[in-house]
Amino acid sequence: MLTYTIRRFLLALLTIWAISVLAFAIIQLPPGDYVTAYIAQLASSGVDVTPEFAENLRQQYGLDSPIWVQYLKWMEQISRGNFGRSLEWRAPVLDMIGDRLWLTMAVSVSAVLFTWGLALPIGIYSAVRQYSIADYIFTFIGFIGLAVPSFLLALILLYLGFRYFDANIGGLFSPEYQLADWSLGKVWDLIKHLPLPAIILGMAGTAQLIRIMRANLLDELRKPYVITARAKGMSEFRLILKYPVRAALNPFVSTLGYLFPFIISGSIIVALVLSLPTIGPLLLRSLVAQDIFLAGTIVLFLGIMTVFGTFISDILLMWVDPRIRFERRE
Amino acid sequence: MAGGMLCRPYNRPVKGEMYAMNCAPILSVNNLKTYFFTDEGAVRAVDGASFAVHPGKTLGIVGESGCGKSVTALSILRIVDDPGRIVEGEIMFRRADGGEPVDLAKLDAKGGEIRAIRGGEIALVFQEPMTSFSPHYTIGNQIVETIQLHQDVGKAEARTRTIELLRMVGIPRPERRIDEYPFELSGGLRQRVMIAMALSCNPRILIADEPTTALDVTTQAQILDLLREIQERTQMSVIIITHDMGVIAEMADDVIVMYLGRVVESGPVDEIFHRPQHPYTQALLRSIPSIFAEPRTKLPTIAGSIPHPHNRPAGCPFHPRCADFMPGKCDRHEPQLRPVSASQMASCFLYHEPAEAPQQS
Ligand SMILES: Nc1ncnc2c1ncn2[C@@H]1O[C@H](COP(=O)(O)OP(=O)(O)OP(=O)(O)O)[C@@H](O)[C@H]1O
Ligand code: SF4
Ligand SMILES: [Mg+2]
Repeated sequence: MLTYTIRRFLLALLTIWAISVLAFAIIQLPPGDYVTAYIAQLASSGVDVTPEFAENLRQQYGLDSPIWVQYLKWMEQISRGNFGRSLEWRAPVLDMIGDRLWLTMAVSVSAVLFTWGLALPIGIYSAVRQYSIADYIFTFIGFIGLAVPSFLLALILLYLGFRYFDANIGGLFSPEYQLADWSLGKVWDLIKHLPLPAIILGMAGTAQLIRIMRANLLDELRKPYVITARAKGMSEFRLILKYPVRAALNPFVSTLGYLFPFIISGSIIVALVLSLPTIGPLLLRSLVAQDIFLAGTIVLFLGIMTVFGTFISDILLMWVDPRIRFERRE
Repeated sequence: MAGGMLCRPYNRPVKGEMYAMNCAPILSVNNLKTYFFTDEGAVRAVDGASFAVHPGKTLGIVGESGCGKSVTALSILRIVDDPGRIVEGEIMFRRADGGEPVDLAKLDAKGGEIRAIRGGEIALVFQEPMTSFSPHYTIGNQIVETIQLHQDVGKAEARTRTIELLRMVGIPRPERRIDEYPFELSGGLRQRVMIAMALSCNPRILIADEPTTALDVTTQAQILDLLREIQERTQMSVIIITHDMGVIAEMADDVIVMYLGRVVESGPVDEIFHRPQHPYTQALLRSIPSIFAEPRTKLPTIAGSIPHPHNRPAGCPFHPRCADFMPGKCDRHEPQLRPVSASQMASCFLYHEPAEAPQQS
């Protein structure tokens, strides 16, 4: 199992390298470069730009050398912990991303916790009491949750908050903490603001997971080992949690890996609507502006998170399912 | 009643004097009806079955696939799945404490009393040893759990006992095997572990539902030997469910033959084999390949197929396939399980006349 883990880890590193190449390639895909975009922006605001000025800019940013040289330079800098400067914001990329990355993780983790915390019990209940009234109600609510786009839900909740509580419920901090340094008070303020985005972002996922959990568990409940456990005289509650639920958890654990990037990429519109200081809107903006170092770093980080998420979920899966541990023992 | 009949001493010597002393059945099932209420209508899986289980004896239940053998077993333990329900009948069980018999059919299926009996006093061994264990826990975990459910012992003590049990059922190196997962064991070993788990709380009745069907022939014989040996040692009662007359011949003291949810014949194993009364039993016996048979003679099978449970034939349920079918009688009236000799009962109009009015089915 240890050799497997190590092998898996090395593979993860290789994947991350591949992602870095891909990230770089994707950023280079659109025609033109940052300078073209910048000049177009200047021109549209009425400033005249000479070709020499543009050339200067290109040299300054190293945009005139071949692509693979640019990539190698980028990687070399990254290996020294220098992720470059944002061309647009004229600030180090890490400073730009900094807090946003952690806040994004906080929002994503709370969305996942909300999703699991709600979907698992409801899914279990719906399966055990299949075709009960509550099962139908959950199914109905679930389909609504799936059908309503999350940004719409965000807008509705914002409106309701504004209308009835006269409060702006967007953002992740109250105004007094917005620019303040980190303190216990700020963390608490963050925690108070987390549930709303967590619910909005987790809604569709919750509805989906309820369906998956219900279907999985219905399958498991028909397996002979459930009858065996019943024939032992176990109470129904203990039995269901110990045997079929554990088996039905497998698919959850194996999807853990792509949950985070999914939430981040899916959250851009919601983040814009709720004005969340997360990484999604920044990524969008940097891609539009062809701000290569900023966009590249963000895509790279998302990739790394996915790879490590998958790595962790693989390890967890071995822990949850002994059969997998057994297969991979060599 | 059925119990009374089977209880009469037979003309052959029975294992020890125990028998005469404990003549009262430990379990007696009377007119049990378990139906499944599906969308297409009620499936009468068990439809008025009656039989009795005696202390220290083995009752064999035999019949073709789908005749309600497993549902009978599940009904006794009250673990029939939705949409199944016991609609009628009683399941009288004499508990270990020696009090008045309790009617298991009347207990709350989720309640404490039946759960103490399940696994504690009546244990079940299933056909499929692979899927009957959860792959997520070691076999030790699953047996220790059973012991701790019914007995007030600590983990360490339960573990020691589990190792003992595994040794008793013939698992080599039990102190290592106890920490293995079910999928690490061969089919035969798994079935032994299943038996160890069933025995873990010293049950008074062991129900083995086709315990050897999934195994190869050699392993089958070993498992049957093991069951017999354990029974001799513990003096528990065994209900063995099978569609294999060979297994019945080897294991059973008494036999009931089921057809479409009913008991069509019952009696001591010797009588059943040597003087089968019901045409269905006779047909079943003819279908066993004999070692004396001419090579390459066609194996006789029972004519016709089992009717779909939704359209059970009127009158005697066996009449469309019966060689002795009497028109006007067998297809109009329902035969009852009646004594046909001192120790045997059969449900067939060859042995009694129909009641006056045709019965509704
Ligand atoms: N959950 C269920 N829903 C509907 N019908 C069922 C259900 N379980 C069993 N039955 C019906 O009950 C009847 C008896 O089934 P049972 O499993 O007791 O047969 P069996 O004698 O054990 O057969 P086998 O030798 O194949 O194990 C069958 O006709 C089956 O269709
Ligand atoms: S009652 Fe008639 S049909 Fe039924 S088994 Fe007897 S003879 Fe055959
Ligand atoms: Mg069966």
